[in-house]
Order: sequence, then C-alpha cells, then structure tokens
Amino acid sequence: MNNPVSQDQDWPLFEVFIRSRAGLEHKHVGSLHAADAQMAVEHARDVYTRRQEGVSIWVVRSSDITASDPAEADALFEPARDKIYRHPTFYAIPDEVKNL
Amino acid sequence: MCHISGMYTQGLDTPGRDCCPSPDTAALEARFQQRVDADEKIEPKDWMPAGYRQTLIRQISQHAHSEIVGMLPEGNWITRAPSLRRKVVLIAKVQDEGGHGMYLYSAAETLGVSRARMLEQLLAGTAKYSSIFNYPTLTWADVGAIGWLVDGAAIMNQIPLCRCSYGPYARAMVRICKEESFHQRQGFEIMLSLSRGSAGQRAMAQDALNRWWWPSIMMFGPSDGQSKHTEQSMRWKIKRFTNDELRQRFIDTTVPQAQFLGLLVPDPKLRWNEGTRHYEFGEIDWQEFQSVLKGNGPCNRERLEARRNAHDRGTWVREAAAAHALKQQARAQSARRTKDSEEAA
Repeated sequence: MNNPVSQDQDWPLFEVFIRSRAGLEHKHVGSLHAADAQMAVEHARDVYTRRQEGVSIWVVRSSDITASDPAEADALFEPARDKIYRHPTFYAIPDEVKNL
Repeated sequence: MCHISGMYTQGLDTPGRDCCPSPDTAALEARFQQRVDADEKIEPKDWMPAGYRQTLIRQISQHAHSEIVGMLPEGNWITRAPSLRRKVVLIAKVQDEGGHGMYLYSAAETLGVSRARMLEQLLAGTAKYSSIFNYPTLTWADVGAIGWLVDGAAIMNQIPLCRCSYGPYARAMVRICKEESFHQRQGFEIMLSLSRGSAGQRAMAQDALNRWWWPSIMMFGPSDGQSKHTEQSMRWKIKRFTNDELRQRFIDTTVPQAQFLGLLVPDPKLRWNEGTRHYEFGEIDWQEFQSVLKGNGPCNRERLEARRNAHDRGTWVREAAAAHALKQQARAQSARRTKDSEEAA
C-alpha cells in the first residue's frame, strides 16, 4: 500500500447554507464533500447542526457559484461610495418636524 | 523543524518563502501587511504571500489531522463508559471532534489543497498531528484527564485563533471554541466524581493526572527561544501569543483546579510566585516531546494503523455512494428525456 488514497477522487464540494430559525434567511456556514446533493444535506445535518443550529438546509455545488473578483472590488463597489443621498441622514429636517 | 503554533500543529516544517520577490510582489506584500496590520480579514480569493498560504495549509491541516486522530484515544472507552450518561456524552464529544476535523479540512481546502491530498499525507505518515494523541488511555480516568487538560490546553490556544487573520480559519475556530467548552467541563466533571469517590477512584484520578500533565504542558510547543517562526506568524496575525505565554496561562488557570480536586500536580518544582503572580514550574522533557513527534511515542503506529484501517474498510461505502449518485443522475436524465419526447409527441 504505497499510495493509499491518491487513486480516490474527492467527492464534489458543496457549500452549506443554514436557516437558524423560521423567519431568518439562510446563511453560509461552510462546505463539505458529498457524492450527491441528497448526501450533502444529510452530512450537513451531522456536521453543521449537532446543536439545533438550524431548521432548514440548502446545499449547492461550489462549482455552480459565480463570485465577484476581489481585485475588481473597487470597480464594483466604488460607484456607490459618493451617493450618500441614498441614506436618510443626507437630508436635513428641522427638529420640530416629527415622524419623519 | 519549526513550530508555528504549538497546539495541534506541532512540527511544522519551514514555511515556504518567496525568494527574491519581484518589485510587484514587494508592493503586493506591503499592501497585504497593511491589511493585516489594520486587522482586516484575508479571504480565499485575496492575494496573499506564498509563505502565508503554505504556513496556513500546514497549520490548518495538522490541526484537522489532530482532531481526527484525537477521536481514537477516547473512542477506546466508548464501549466501556461506566454509565449510559457518560457514554452518550463521550459519543457526542468524539462526534464533535470528527466535526471539528471537517470544519478545518474545509478551511484548508480554501487555500488550494485537496481533501484527498491531506488525507493521503496523514495516512502515509508524512503529516504531523499533535503529539498528545500518541499516548494511551489506560483507565476511565484518562477520559476525564483528556477533557480537562488536553481540551483545556486546546481552548487556551484556540481562543486567540478565533481572531486569526485568515477568515475561513477564524470562522472555523469560533465554531470549534463554542463546542470545546462542553468537552472541558465534562472532563472536569469526571475528575471531580472520581476525586470525591473511593480511595481506588481517587488513586485512578491521580494516576491519570500524573501521566497527562506533562504531555499537556508540551502541547504548547517548544519554548519561545526554540520556536523560530513565531515572529513571522505573529506578524501575519496567524498567531497572537507565544507558546510560553499560553503555557503559563494554562498552568496558572489549571493548578487551582487540581487543588480543588485534591490532586497533586506531578511537578516538585511547582510553586506560586507572589511577585510575578504566576506559577513557577519544572523543566519540560523536550527529548520526550521530540521523540513522540518523530513517531516513537507509545501509540504512534497504532494510531496511524487505525486510520488506515478505517480508510480501507470504508472503501466499499465510498464506492457504493459514488455508484448510487451516478445511477440517480442517469435516472433523472432518462426521466427528463422521456418527458421531453412525450411532450414533443
């Protein structure tokens, strides 16, 4: 047994998202390998919800995720920086005006 | 051999270094260090120095291996736990360790190393894991001592890792630290029961402390003077405290706990220094540490053998799962084709 593992291919990688309780969004918690999506859900139950951390699990193949490039973060997000008029605090309203 | 973080990751090799960085790399490195200095987290797709990546791959994978091998000494007692309560607790703890290994392997994979590669290195015996798991669990009290001391030492080291500069590692450590606290408390509870029990039970608890104390102290890795790469790791904020700082902190918090148990810490030189407000302690047997690390501990061979057996015996399960996944996929495809042709007809 010179090379006990190398002939094995890793199972596909899945990203795991958990809804911690009803009414909240699913949130990324980590990843795991599984032969298929069903097994990924079962493994996610054991790996990520041993203490009732969730009421619902999403899994998605990592290879199906398209992510933005950190190197292009400036080009993507810079345009929003000077648009402070999108925030309510941009507008000066006299103190005596209520409920605004 | 160098020891970046001590705990669970002893025996790191020299981290990869960029030799003669080009002007571009130098600028990127300066920018990277600025981000680290500003306490920004580094994420998988961000630029990082090759040495930073290599150091993390080694540290995180060794940490993961330690969790996986760490299941074995305690797993030894699951069938012989003294009560059903102790048994379900121990099963839950060992399952947590498996889970911690999984979080950590995933974190390491974000740096570009495959799970199969890491497993291969573990089974081939070329990867390191914490030397503590090469000691045998001879009595039930050892399960208590491991939870109290080994997990206690691990927590001491892991809490600062929650603030590590590498995002996926830090996040995995937050999750792990939350779970470790139960591990340590259940261990102390076992020691407490034994130390309040019969003379035989007290003797068993004392014997476990005698055997686990020094290996637990060694878990923090070599003294700062011997740990050549601590400085770089601290600059990268992979490591936040030195081995000796953490070791001292562990001794200071653990000795009063031993006193509460009425057990004697097996160190004749141990004494409280009112001036420094710290315990002074005796010489650590670094030869033993190096020897266990090199593979000559009481259980090194047995541990690797157990991992290899588990891997070999699981082969049919992995093959069956892969075959099942393929069959399901083929069925889904043919069902879609049938539906399409029916709709066309």
